[in-house]
Amino acid sequence: MERTALPRRLTWQVGKTVQLVTETPQVKSISLDLPHWPGHRPGQHVDLRLTAEDGYQAERSYSIASSPEDEHVVLTVERLEDGEVSPYLVDELRSGDELELRGPIGGYFIWDESLGGPLLLVAGGSGLVPFRSMWRHRRAVQSKVPVRLLCSARSLPLLLYRDELTQIAEDGVDVSVTLTRETPEGWRGYRGRIDQGLLAKVSWPPEEHPLVYVCGPTAFVESAADALVALGHDPSRIRTERFGGTGT
Amino acid sequence: MDRLDGNAIAGSLVDVFGRDMTTAIGTCGQCGRVSPFAELAVYLLSPGVVARCPQCDHLLIVIVNRRGTACVDLSGFAALEEPPMAVQ
Repeated sequence: MERTALPRRLTWQVGKTVQLVTETPQVKSISLDLPHWPGHRPGQHVDLRLTAEDGYQAERSYSIASSPEDEHVVLTVERLEDGEVSPYLVDELRSGDELELRGPIGGYFIWDESLGGPLLLVAGGSGLVPFRSMWRHRRAVQSKVPVRLLCSARSLPLLLYRDELTQIAEDGVDVSVTLTRETPEGWRGYRGRIDQGLLAKVSWPPEEHPLVYVCGPTAFVESAADALVALGHDPSRIRTERFGGTGT
Repeated sequence: MDRLDGNAIAGSLVDVFGRDMTTAIGTCGQCGRVSPFAELAVYLLSPGVVARCPQCDHLLIVIVNRRGTACVDLSGFAALEEPPMAVQ
């Protein structure tokens, strides 16, 4: 029944900040109460808009970190030094404050149970955010889809969702972490940037036709996606999302 | 100027097309590469956006907003396929 779906306009709505969690010194998770939220699919994002007193508006996109089954919509925001929007969200926003946003947006970089697996998730820095929505959804629907997650961070204190990563590893997600700048004493994870060698070690073999998602800064995504294709992964099974901005 | 991808303009594309277009498939009019909109090289340039072919850099999408009206140029494509209806 193609063409019967009505176009859904994206309208701006106001959400109330109900909780702020400091993930790292530069990153906060913002829980929002959105009375008119239509629901989302894991991996989607929102457009968020700030309006200054003189009417000037700045708009940015942020990935949704909560699963569709979670009570509140959660955005995890990294503070960019020269940013127009993120410094306000990370430094100034308080519980009870209102935010204007629209969404959910995006139909490409999404995963839910119906898409199956096995799943390979590759994250650089805050590229981990949309994957949190995916792994929470997987747990909420008690999916048995096997998941391998490889994430890269500059140092352990800058790795997002550390406690939750430990928890999902206990729930059966195969979690690998590589640290690119500093490693703590006794570190048993990987060191250095994600490259073809590391991807060969932690990925599903290409013969298993994994569904692959890569998210992070542009240069990170380019190099990881190129390495995966060089390893023999089917490019049509690799979905990417580029954040631009900072390195890992 | 940061290079992003088509996911970053998903909202603007809904404004123009009335539906999600990140899974729409475009064929580059210069090199013939077939890419989902989500994989295009996107640059956010006030007051609009530009999307280029990730392979040959050919200009594929220009959206400029002027006084509430979006001017859209898709003439860089050789062909366009609508996204499947499965999503959203």
